[in-house]
Amino acid sequence: MSSPKADATIETYVVRSNATEHSKKKFKSRKDVEHLLKKCKNKKPTHSSTKTANGHVVKRKLPKFQSSHGKFSNSGAGQKFSRPNKMGEKDVRGETAEEEDPFPGNAPIPHSRILKHKRGKAEGLNKKGVAFLGNKIQLLKKEKLVKYSATLAARSEILLPEETGFLQPAKGDSTTEITQVQIKSSVDITSATKQFDLSLQFGPYAINYLRNGRKMLIGGRMGHVAAFDWVTKQLTCEMNVMESVHDVTWLHNETLFAVAQKQWTYIYDNQGIEVHCIKKLNDVLRMEFLPYHFLLATTNDRGTLSWLDVSMGKMVRRNHTHFGRLDVMCQNPRNAVLCCGHSKGTVSMWTPNFESPVVKMLCHPQPIRAVAVDPSGIYMATSSTDSSLKIWDLRTYNCLQSYKLGCGASNVTFSQRGLLAVSLGNIVEVYKDICTETVRKPYLKHFVGNSISGLKFCPYEDVLGVGHARGMCSMLVPGAGEPNFDALECNPFQTKSQRREAEVKSLLEKIQPELITLDPFELGEVNRSSVLEKFKEKTRYMFVKPPKIDVKPRKNAKTVNQFRIKQRLQLEQRMKHAVTASETTEKLVNKTDAPSTMPTAAPSVLDRFKPKPQKK
Amino acid sequence: MDKDMLKKQIENMKFQATMERWPLSKSIAAFQSLTMDIFNDDSKMKVRMLVRNPDDYMRETKRDIHKLPRNYDPTLHPLEAPREYTRALNAVKLERVFALPFIGSLDGHRDGLSCLGKNPDHLSWLFSGACDGELKLWDVAKRRVLYTVQAHDGFVRAVAYSQESSTLYTVGDDKLIKQWKCDAEDGSDLKAPVNTILTSGMLTGISPHRSKPVLATCGEACHLWEKSRAQPIKTFQWGVDSLQSIKFNQVEENILAACGSDRSIILYDMRESVPLRKVVLKMRSNSICWNPMEAFIFTAANEDYNLYTFDMRNLTSPLNVHSDHVSAVIDVDYSPTGKEFVSASYDKTVRLYDARQAHSRDIYHTKRMQRLTCAAWSLDDRFIYSGSDEMNIRIWKARAAEKLGVVKPRERTALQVNAKLVEKFVHHPAIKKIQRHRHVPKHVYNARNELRSGRIAARRKDYNVRTHTKRQLPVIPEKTKAIVSEQQ
Repeated sequence: MSSPKADATIETYVVRSNATEHSKKKFKSRKDVEHLLKKCKNKKPTHSSTKTANGHVVKRKLPKFQSSHGKFSNSGAGQKFSRPNKMGEKDVRGETAEEEDPFPGNAPIPHSRILKHKRGKAEGLNKKGVAFLGNKIQLLKKEKLVKYSATLAARSEILLPEETGFLQPAKGDSTTEITQVQIKSSVDITSATKQFDLSLQFGPYAINYLRNGRKMLIGGRMGHVAAFDWVTKQLTCEMNVMESVHDVTWLHNETLFAVAQKQWTYIYDNQGIEVHCIKKLNDVLRMEFLPYHFLLATTNDRGTLSWLDVSMGKMVRRNHTHFGRLDVMCQNPRNAVLCCGHSKGTVSMWTPNFESPVVKMLCHPQPIRAVAVDPSGIYMATSSTDSSLKIWDLRTYNCLQSYKLGCGASNVTFSQRGLLAVSLGNIVEVYKDICTETVRKPYLKHFVGNSISGLKFCPYEDVLGVGHARGMCSMLVPGAGEPNFDALECNPFQTKSQRREAEVKSLLEKIQPELITLDPFELGEVNRSSVLEKFKEKTRYMFVKPPKIDVKPRKNAKTVNQFRIKQRLQLEQRMKHAVTASETTEKLVNKTDAPSTMPTAAPSVLDRFKPKPQKK
Repeated sequence: MDKDMLKKQIENMKFQATMERWPLSKSIAAFQSLTMDIFNDDSKMKVRMLVRNPDDYMRETKRDIHKLPRNYDPTLHPLEAPREYTRALNAVKLERVFALPFIGSLDGHRDGLSCLGKNPDHLSWLFSGACDGELKLWDVAKRRVLYTVQAHDGFVRAVAYSQESSTLYTVGDDKLIKQWKCDAEDGSDLKAPVNTILTSGMLTGISPHRSKPVLATCGEACHLWEKSRAQPIKTFQWGVDSLQSIKFNQVEENILAACGSDRSIILYDMRESVPLRKVVLKMRSNSICWNPMEAFIFTAANEDYNLYTFDMRNLTSPLNVHSDHVSAVIDVDYSPTGKEFVSASYDKTVRLYDARQAHSRDIYHTKRMQRLTCAAWSLDDRFIYSGSDEMNIRIWKARAAEKLGVVKPRERTALQVNAKLVEKFVHHPAIKKIQRHRHVPKHVYNARNELRSGRIAARRKDYNVRTHTKRQLPVIPEKTKAIVSEQQ
């Protein structure tokens, strides 16, 4: 041990043991640590004891490591826990590890958190029908993997850096009384700048935030359209289109936005230059952009619902709903289905694959004024002119909660964390936990002063944007936004090159409109009916001999015509054959099935009295 | 450290020093420490807004990589299944785009190829024997001949390298077994054989024992030879006039398998005096290969266009019948992982099979490649060699879409993700269709359709016979149809 190298190793051990002391402090009281160190010092030479402390308090029990250093141990105490090594001695350090580790094993994860990351049923599948052992083992392995991935995802939540905002009133008060001024005065400067009012003169404003929450788009009914970074208040572009503007929406990123104008829909770039005038989308009232499908969904004055693929400029579908003027629409972010509210009190859900709505529900006895679906796609909020607000469960289509408001809410919107903002004339009310519990009082209330025309929560921020008749205002709503964004999905801190890359990636991964269904997970499941159908198809031609095709064309016919005639006749005969084949196959299959389904009893003496089977 | 680097570093430091970065974030930090005191007071209202420090989310310098915080909450990743499906579709398309399996051909032989031999001591070496008795040693990496020698009069029937003695054995139509040294880097040891044994009968195959100095040859009978003896130490005969191929098991080292022209596959144990057992198929097997990882499994290439994988413990029924070839299968060779094998056929194509699948996973062909005589899977599991009638050895990739050369970690991860996605959605018709689609030569295409219609007709006939007869006909599974009998 006299060599310089050996000395160096001792030093490093000492240093490492210091580090472990720090880590110990986190877990245990100082007293325990001292006790542990003392214990180690008494038992062993210093350098090995520091090593011991290092190996065990941090890394827990490592059998391999133990046995290699077993020769240092000399005590017989704590035999119960220690594992005998090769020399037949008892390892003390094993015992200390068992004693001292305050949190053995993995940290427990709450079940609800694991449940959040589960993708359906993957455990405890019935493996009765699996014939081969290898397949069974594979299935078991897969189950294990699925379970592991869910746990891992749940465990990784501890790494999320940000915490949600909150608002806690003084003792005995409720949050409803807290005004925006109070909030603004008690938050940090950066957050305070997020509360602002813009007084503008071009009439009721429609507003829209970019998907990553960095940019804002406002459109005044009198033709004023402006795009700006609402945090830095830097203007991207501003113009007056000299026409009425009904709705505005960003497309996939901040370089393009769509404006529903008096007659047609226009697409502008970030400098305000008109890129497209889409005459197929006329008299549009509401617009929704489906970001994963690159579809611009619009409703118009005459009850037409259209989907436009903005990546190719192709009209995917136009549906005439026959519900009259469509000015209430929202998208379900879970499955990209559109929900429209109608004057008869119904809500209809539409996909671009069917002519009729996939779901039609009667929600209110009076016309519907606003619809919103929460980000998880489970809850839907509807408001009606009869001043009621209802919460619906979209899995069962049952009404969960029914509220009576002061008047019919003209705008309803959900935040990322499930807060519901409702506009009542010139008042904005924000409700918390409204879907799961019956709420008596709003979480926040704000008097805007002008009739409200647009209401949107800013994604990834605790901010609610309100468009009204005299401009727009930005409200602070602590706890509204998702604190931890996923940079591969939406990145508020995106650079230009990242934006470009994301654009290419998202275009490559554009989901085809045919894949919009009520249940988006359907695609990952087994299509049982088609499997059965395929099996039938396979056996269809098997049993019946196809007819011989004999064609005698006219003598003078041209060869091309001869060929065509022959082809046509062949096709006809094949079609005929297919029908007969399927019929006979069905007969045969039924015939062969019949005996197998009959119960086979053991032969008895009484069988002779049974009627004899008929001979064919 | 060189000058340029130092300069850059100094510049970088200057830049950092001069620039007052993120005044905003500093103010946030200061404010947060201040509010902590207020928070402990219960009688006041407490507010916390969501504030992100840009420092935590943006890279410090332009040379850093971007920070990409992740959150795996499913609500932030909607439409998971359709997005994955789209990715899988793209992945499978890309795979077909990049599927360029042909790497190059080694030409130089003056007659058709008859056999190929690998060298476990030199991964890039390949021995090839031709029908004119020429033996060539190739450096595959440089695609050139290292050495050429006239090894035999007439065909070189088989080449085999023995790692035990690090020598090469060849047998030819001149009834000679020749032993060659090949230690020199330029292959000049092949100038003359170190040992030659003159045998009494025709020889068609040779296989050295893995760890003992024992050789097995086949021809009119199966002989076992020991080094430095002119006579065989043992002879196995089981009423066969000739054997085409013989292979030692590489795991269970004393077991041998050979296929004979009386349509049989015979198993021998070196320690015993008589053969173990044999199975007779409906048609002759041309070649045989043991699975290098599973000791009891071997695959035989048969004349009836199929390959049969057997478990040597039960020869009454093959484990699997690998179809898809449209002409006699001439040669078969396992990959070193034992999970796949390559087969060379008389229909001018090479096919790759998963060892557990009945249908091939890929087909390789070129316009100029004629009937194949031999195929080998390289020992690094990345390439396939095929020798054909028109005097060329061709080198193919074992996985057609694999990228040769350095694959960086991110690229590798992306490829792995894509492979997994394809695996997940492979049963969807659109993806399956793209994945399985191959352009095949017209003769293969036509032959395949013809064979298929024949098979359907036979099945229909069988069914009709069954439904219209009063006799009880036994049901023979498709697998065992080709088996005539098993003898012990």
